[in-house]
Amino acid sequence: MRIGVFICHCGENIGRTVDCPSVASACANFSGVVHAEDYKYMCSDPGQNLIKQAIKEKNLDAVVVGSCSPHMHEKTFRKACSDAGINPFLVEMANLREHCSWIHDDVPSATRKAIDLVRMLVEKVKFNEPLIPIRVPVTKRALVIGGGISGIQASLDIANAGYEVVLVEKEPSIGGHMSQLSETFPTLDCSQCILTPRMVEVYQHPRIKLVSYSEVENVEGFIGNFSVTIRKKARSVKDELCTGCGLCVQKCPIKKVALSDFDEGLATRPAMYVPFPQAVPNIPVIDRSVCTYFKTGKCQLCKKVCGREAIDFEQQDQLIKEDVGAIIVATGYKLYTIDKKPDESMIKGYGEYGYGKFKDVVDGLQFERIASASGPTSGEMLRPSDKTTPKKIVFIQCVGSRDESKGFSYCSKICCMYTAKHAMLYKHKVHDGEAYVFYMDIRAGGKNYDEFVRRAIEEDGVKYIRGRVSKIYEENGKLIVKGEDTLAGVRVEIDADMVVLATAMIAQNDSVKLAQTLSVSYDKYGFFNESHPKLKPVETSTGGIFLAGACNAPRDIPDSVSMASAAAAKALVLFGSDVLEREPVVAKVNEATCAGCFYCQKVCAYNAIEQKEIKDRQGNVIKVVAYVNSGLCQGCGTCNATCPSKSVELLGFKDDQIYAQINSFAEVF
Amino acid sequence: MENNHVHPTIQKIINLTNQDPANCYQCGKCSAGCPVRDYFDDAPNRVIRFVQLGLYDRALKSKAIWLCAGCQTCSSRCPQNFEPAKFMDALREIAAEEGIAPSDKNVQKFHKAFLNQIKNNGRSFELGLIRDYKLATGKLFQDIDAAPTAILKGKIGFTPHKIKDTKKIKSIIDKAVKGNTK
Repeated sequence: MRIGVFICHCGENIGRTVDCPSVASACANFSGVVHAEDYKYMCSDPGQNLIKQAIKEKNLDAVVVGSCSPHMHEKTFRKACSDAGINPFLVEMANLREHCSWIHDDVPSATRKAIDLVRMLVEKVKFNEPLIPIRVPVTKRALVIGGGISGIQASLDIANAGYEVVLVEKEPSIGGHMSQLSETFPTLDCSQCILTPRMVEVYQHPRIKLVSYSEVENVEGFIGNFSVTIRKKARSVKDELCTGCGLCVQKCPIKKVALSDFDEGLATRPAMYVPFPQAVPNIPVIDRSVCTYFKTGKCQLCKKVCGREAIDFEQQDQLIKEDVGAIIVATGYKLYTIDKKPDESMIKGYGEYGYGKFKDVVDGLQFERIASASGPTSGEMLRPSDKTTPKKIVFIQCVGSRDESKGFSYCSKICCMYTAKHAMLYKHKVHDGEAYVFYMDIRAGGKNYDEFVRRAIEEDGVKYIRGRVSKIYEENGKLIVKGEDTLAGVRVEIDADMVVLATAMIAQNDSVKLAQTLSVSYDKYGFFNESHPKLKPVETSTGGIFLAGACNAPRDIPDSVSMASAAAAKALVLFGSDVLEREPVVAKVNEATCAGCFYCQKVCAYNAIEQKEIKDRQGNVIKVVAYVNSGLCQGCGTCNATCPSKSVELLGFKDDQIYAQINSFAEVF
Repeated sequence: MENNHVHPTIQKIINLTNQDPANCYQCGKCSAGCPVRDYFDDAPNRVIRFVQLGLYDRALKSKAIWLCAGCQTCSSRCPQNFEPAKFMDALREIAAEEGIAPSDKNVQKFHKAFLNQIKNNGRSFELGLIRDYKLATGKLFQDIDAAPTAILKGKIGFTPHKIKDTKKIKSIIDKAVKGNTK
């Protein structure tokens, strides 16, 4: 084999600590090395040309580059070599920067280490084989999980680009939390007015298949080729027959039987209901846990009044299968419930704020419903306990957020803005009212955001007090809020009529379960992880699965919408080609020696190992062996390490390659 | 918890309390809920702030550290899991050790008088506390008008309610005092 070695100075990054010329001259003496040189920037155009020229002149058939991490420039050098006629998998990179120069000070020993690192790869590359990228077809169809503003935006973008979308929503209607909001910052435009046109567009779009009241049950396959099982929950209404006339909802005799989720428990709903007037689809659901028919077998009033015979008490959950090439996860958030629900959260709860105990202590979403024209008070500012207008209102920020002791250490990001909005909405409706905001810091980064907060203070006269509230208690029908103004260093006590807690945004209860179904990673709070915090903010660790909105981290509407469009763009990039090329670094089974123990199948994290029957010419099964689905295999090597008979090998990292690498290092000692 | 390059006073606080004053992010929840804060010169969060800024003298001379009742309301509500009550205790210890008198001289005398009751009786004896404190400060007739109400309400007993084995408490206090001077 004729090997060329190229040592990069990386400006001063490597050259400062590693004596690059002497590394090159030392490497020239290794067996098999016919060419060795160093250069200031190997990744630059002239640097790449040095490599190409040497390949041609010296007739090289393998290359080792000593430079930065392969994460940085492996692509660059592989491309340069393949342009010059060498298979890209006969190119190796020794990491002389992250693994050597950046972590050492002493020049002679760093130089010695650099020589060792290159030698190891020279020995490895002698056993490298040319590999050909794997090509897999792409199903040009997307699944979007979650029908909030993020999911709606992503679905519309993909569908408008000409591809089919399956949009799955857990609730009876799409719209998400945005449909619950009254007005939105920083412009104070009506939330439903800007959201509902998009909801209707989704419903009418010929390329969007809306599957509401459904959940993703299972996901199999890999990038470009996912097979998804969706559980369509029994609605007790045949959606293909229902016209949404609403007669059944009107006639349902048990009116105030359950608290409305849409109104955050501030109002009631019948057993048969649509969550809100603009619901999409406008098809009712029977809540079987409270319906008289399901409890006693009598009633059936809804069935009698339905002219379309759409009511189906016997309806069962349905499992439907969809094949898609990309998945966008947009499952959103929920608000931290401050009353103690130990089964629901790991949080201790704020006993000192009395949420759940005092009726007039509400959370942010409840205040949205009170302020909303579609809410239980038709937008009139009335407190829940006695339906009177609160003359003094207190807003408390950072409840559950930035609280290591009881809640979460992160900042929920949107509360500064929505609290300013709440205080403004209050002042706009109750002109003679007093509004106080307890805050720790105002985080209003964003276009027109800080101006918005200043407007609340300067134009609407909202009083901001810097300090965290210690306790709220009831006295003579007032809520006494005990705080401290840390700027003035004085104690503040406010006898409020109503208190609004800006509670933390947290991950959905079932986010971890969904993350496991999708094989994407999640953080300790249950938010899905992006692949890289800066350069891959919408990608996940699994190819073909993208993130949008608050399922990734607390995020407001503008950010969620941009992220949704970014995720849609990533899916469209995928749909731009008919076949995908993947790195051929995958496991391969030696069928002659495989004993069929399937330990590899048990340890594989990607479900990439299948069972394959080996048959003789008559078609009789001789034995069953492991088979690696190269589309699913991520090349982690776990099967390779597990196999008792050494029958699985990882292409590009075969045992003899690794042994050669290690042995060459051991020889030094 | 050991930290490099920290001021010896901070290190002392860390050693005594096993918590770093840097953990406090100045939300003021401790001050907001403190039942004796109205008698403080500096609110608890400000005392912590003085230490964070390196103004150790201002913190150690503060009346607040001696008036702190140690009720732990602040500690139980602190969102950062910091315990201001523990912190105050450490400052008292450091102030006593360094001989820094609080701006209100009587505060320390009250503490001594109080501990004396515990040492002798095993629990608080109000009349004895009043006697010792008055004698130490010389302010014999201050607060005298509160006495009738307090006596009528049974707040001040004339004989101490001693615990069974006062020797044990005495030995604990002696041991603690001895250990401290080591």
